[in-house]
Amino acid sequence: MTTGDTALPASLTEIRDEFLALEEKDRLLLLLEFANELPELPEHLRDVPMERVEECQAPVFIDVELPDGVVELHATAPREAPTTRGFASILVQGLAGLSPAEVLAVPGDFSHELGLDRAVSLLRLRGMSGMLSRIKRQVTAKTAP
Amino acid sequence: MPLPVDPSPRHAEYAHPERLVSTEWLAEYLGTPGLVVVESDEDVLLYETGHIPGAVKIDWHTELNDPVTRDYVDGRGFAELVSAKGISRDSTVVIYGDKSNWWAAYALWVFTLFGHEDVRLLDGGRGKWEAEGRPFTTDAPEVTATDYPVVDRDDRTVRAFKDDVIAALGKPLIDVRSPEEYTGLRTTAPAYPEEGALRAGHIPTAQNVPWAKAAAEDGTFKPRAELEAIYRDGAGIRGDEPVIAYCRIGERSSHTWFVLAHLLGVPDVRNYDGSWTEWGSAVQVPIVRGAEPGEVPAR
Repeated sequence: MTTGDTALPASLTEIRDEFLALEEKDRLLLLLEFANELPELPEHLRDVPMERVEECQAPVFIDVELPDGVVELHATAPREAPTTRGFASILVQGLAGLSPAEVLAVPGDFSHELGLDRAVSLLRLRGMSGMLSRIKRQVTAKTAP
Repeated sequence: MPLPVDPSPRHAEYAHPERLVSTEWLAEYLGTPGLVVVESDEDVLLYETGHIPGAVKIDWHTELNDPVTRDYVDGRGFAELVSAKGISRDSTVVIYGDKSNWWAAYALWVFTLFGHEDVRLLDGGRGKWEAEGRPFTTDAPEVTATDYPVVDRDDRTVRAFKDDVIAALGKPLIDVRSPEEYTGLRTTAPAYPEEGALRAGHIPTAQNVPWAKAAAEDGTFKPRAELEAIYRDGAGIRGDEPVIAYCRIGERSSHTWFVLAHLLGVPDVRNYDGSWTEWGSAVQVPIVRGAEPGEVPAR
């Protein structure tokens, strides 16, 4: 793969197709399901400072780990911010187990592929893009030789 | 038939106590015919996680705005929207939401554009209802659609446009954004994405009183004497001159509009909903950077 090529991994393709198969208002409910599925932070990350996604309206924090060379994303966002939690949860599930190269190849505008552009404000979708770009930055930093 | 005014002594000191209800009042009257409770939040999914029993949702982004033109829905659009929510022209509408009623105040202001007479805020909003352990449900409310009349939107009384602001430079003008946005360090609220304006700073002569100064810790409005001091000392508002408030897109300034118009009784307050996303991108309008309000530019 040459630098700059993008490719949507199967996991995110599946999530995207799930959204696009639904009517607009049901897409919001699917996003809520994702929000409810966002896992709690693992014990070892509970009291350590994590990177804040400044692009998001709600306080959301992310941390990328690379056990055995595959990506494991951890994210936390408050209960009162279900939209942000939903986006974080999509990325946690969709990026799990990918290689660093696969994560770096996820298109930066993936948030606009979920068919939520009308139901969710542009500002929020940009928040999700911000989350993704910070994840990529961490992946790059943590795989640097 | 409007529902009784909340007799709570906490609200009696405000200019228009009939515009606020306490959580106690709402708990007592919930389910009464003639009352429609509306939730309006910043987070578009928050209502779905649980809402006050019987409350309907109004989404500021998809429902109150015209999908094409940068404007609010027109009279027909508003009538269709609120009819579907079970609201009649004579309904008592109580609006609540997240973030100290930030978006709820915005929805209330839009109801005001259409002259809906009895529209009130739940003092303290969603946060206070929740903090008091009051019930939430995910059950969809039973809504009987109504036939709300088509009412022309009144864009003169509580709404200001860019030209109105240009004409009002030097008169009471409140910028309710954060100090960072006011001084020109950034174009969006701290912790929000940079978005929407090509220039940073504020409208000349505008005084900076961030909207949240009007809210107490628990999301309720501060007592009248404190509010008077905040707006008199912070922005020279004495109540005898017309006032225009603005922020980024008009939502935070709706909160300040509510305070000035309904709690302090300033007779002529308008919200400039074009706000910074319009002013900060408009060609040849004057802008001031820094902490000082600045002068009226020579014409």
